[in-house]
Parts: sequence; C-alpha cells; structure tokens
Amino acid sequence: MGDLLTLAFTSFLVQNIILSQFLGICSFLGVSNKRSKALGMGLAVFFVITLSGVVTWLIYYKILEPGGLTFMRTIVFILVVAAMVQILEMAIKKFSPLLYGSLGVYLPLITTNCAVLGVALLNIQNNFTLPETLVFSAFTSLGYTAVIIVFSYIREQMLKAPIPEGFKGIPSGLIAASIMALLFKGFVGLI
Amino acid sequence: MAKKKKRLTPKQNIIKGLIKENPTFVLILGMCPTLGVTTSLENGLGMGLSVLFVLILTNTLISLIRNIVPSEIRIPVYIVVIALVVTMLEWILQAKFTGLYNSLGIFLPLIVVNCIILGRAEAYASDNTVFDSIFDAIGMGLGFTLGLSTLSFVRELLGTGSVQLLGFTLFETSVAATFLVQPAGAFLTLGLIVGIINTIKVDRAKKKKAIMDIKIAAALKIKAAKAAAAAAAKEELANG
Repeated sequence: MGDLLTLAFTSFLVQNIILSQFLGICSFLGVSNKRSKALGMGLAVFFVITLSGVVTWLIYYKILEPGGLTFMRTIVFILVVAAMVQILEMAIKKFSPLLYGSLGVYLPLITTNCAVLGVALLNIQNNFTLPETLVFSAFTSLGYTAVIIVFSYIREQMLKAPIPEGFKGIPSGLIAASIMALLFKGFVGLI
Repeated sequence: MAKKKKRLTPKQNIIKGLIKENPTFVLILGMCPTLGVTTSLENGLGMGLSVLFVLILTNTLISLIRNIVPSEIRIPVYIVVIALVVTMLEWILQAKFTGLYNSLGIFLPLIVVNCIILGRAEAYASDNTVFDSIFDAIGMGLGFTLGLSTLSFVRELLGTGSVQLLGFTLFETSVAATFLVQPAGAFLTLGLIVGIINTIKVDRAKKKKAIMDIKIAAALKIKAAKAAAAAAAKEELANG
C-alpha cells in the first residue's frame, strides 16, 4: 500500500508528465490560453489515459506476450488508443450530452497527444503490475490536468502584462513553464 | 478539381522547410522530443535524423496511396503507415546504433504521434505528387534537425561546458550552468530562441514598413511638386 502511495505521489508531482517528462507539450501549449479549454482538455485526457493505460497493459500481457508479438506493441497500442478515443466519444455522447458539450471537441485531438501513448509505453517499460498501472496512469494524468489548469490561470494573467512584441504568446509561455518546472523540482525533497 | 496551387521547385521546397516554415521555431510542432532529448548535440542530431528518415518514407508511401484510400478513413490509415515505419526504424536503431536507441528511450516509439509527421501527411502528401512530397519531407526533416541541433548545441555548451560529437570535443567554455540541461532549462532555452527569432521578424517588418512609408512620402512629394509646377505653367500661360 505504501509503495502505491509513493508511486501516486511521484507520478503526480515529482515526475510530473509535462514539466519533467516532456509528454503532451503540444496540447499543453495549444489549449492552455483559456481556463475553460484547459479544464475540458484536462478531464478528457484524464479519462483517456486511465482507461487506455489499463487496456493496453491487459492486451500486452494477455495477448501480445503469450503470442510472442511484443515487437508489434507500438502499432497495437496506437490502434487501441485511437479505438478507445472513438468508443469514449460515442459513450459520452449517448449517456451524458452535457459532458459531451464540454469535452467533445477535445476528444479527437487526444489520439495524437503523446502523453497517452507515452503512459501506455511507460507502464510496460517499468514492468508495472496491474494495480501499479492503474495508479500510475490515473495520477500521471491527474498531474497533467492539474498543471494545465494552473498554467491556464497564469497565462490569462500574463495577457495583462506589458510583454515585448516578439515574446508574446508561445515564447513567454515557455519561459513561464520553465519557472514552473523549477518550482516542481522542489517536490523531489518530499519523498 | 480545385484550382492548382503554384508548384514549388525542389530547392524552394527545401528552403521552405528549413527557414520559412521551420517546424521547431516557426510552426512550433513536435515539441515533446524537442524538449525531451535535446540534452546533448548527439541526441538532438540522432532524433532529427530519425524523424527525417521516417518523414521521407511516410510522405512517399502516403503520396503513393493517396488516390486509393477513401477520405473518411484516411487518418487511421496514415497512423498505421507511420507506426509501421517507426517500428522498422526501432529495429534498425536497436540493431545498429544501440547507444542512440537507449538514450532516445521512449521518445523513439513516440515519433508515431509526432505532430510534424501526421501534419505533413495530411497537409501535403495527401494531395501532392510523390516527387514533391519527397522534397517537402526532406525540407521539413532538415528543418526539424536544424531546430533540434541548435537547441541541443546551446544547452550542451552552456549546460555542461563542452560539446561532444562522436567522441570528439568540438567546443569548450569555462562556465557550466547545469540548470540548462535540466527540464526547466529546456523550456527557458526554447522560449528565448523563439522569442529572439520573433523579435527579429517584428523588427524587420517594422523596418520594411518604415522604408515603404518613406518611399510613399517621397512619391507623394514628387507628385505634389509636379502638380504645383503644372499649375504654375498654366498660370503663366493664362497671364500670357
């Protein structure tokens, strides 16, 4: 139990997926300019990563490994992720039109979000067990959601700042992210 | 058929990818490997060349099958093609360049979801000839390699104090700020480089505008002088 707690904490803060693993940067820079967008994207990524992390783990250890097909994992995983996103989109559309209204636009974008395939591959690379996979996937994606929401607040404030013409938008965003990454480095001391 | 766009020559196509539409500094695409592997010049170059290799193959293949694939399912088909090529690359690197394979780590299979590759497939190879698509791929791939090597060169030089390539030391400085090879340094270096490039562009646009303004003012002055001269001549005529 203690191990799982450490793992949760590490994947949520210390090894934060955006600020220290550099996965999902494209969407991080793309949708973090508005708070509502960041929240929608964050939640959609949370659902997709948690689900696809567990599903790809099951496929890898129950189908690919017994069949000696582990070399096919990149192709199989990306197909699973694409299928998961489609199924999730249909399910949300059917059962909760309200949620679909806020998440719908972001779901198709997630297929090519490297955080999703990245977490699926990391689960296998680190030889995680099923509970570990669940905890790692859930907390890594929560880390993504938390950082993208906090960052969207910062960027909304930055719009009011007098920034030189050339540094507006992405460059100043990257520099702010750099300061945030420095702050997150401080969490290393906690474990 | 839609109106045909002006075709770029191979040279223009390559320059477009290298400078005008540089994927790293201008289009801001493929950020994950850009920030993740640029701790040393060797890794940056390795990643850049890997993407160049994948891009040439996928652009060629997708351009070849562009008329067979129904447009509703084209994205899944493209992703499968890209995943196949990346898997091939993984085998080659694992067998021949084990050091690079290990240091690129998870970012190697993640080339599958690199926005540059699917982006070029969708935006260029899906409606251009094979020949043009290959040069587009070479331009974009070299542009990405240029971006990654610039970034990793700066980070390695200032972060570790020297730049190494294939066992040789290329440059040495007396300072080393380890901060730059850490995650925070990646964001900072890229932010500064993109910011500086944008500032230069803004300055240039301003200068161009200033020059145009001066030219327009000068032209207006000449016109006014001519009109005045014509009026004076008329008056002289009238006065006899």
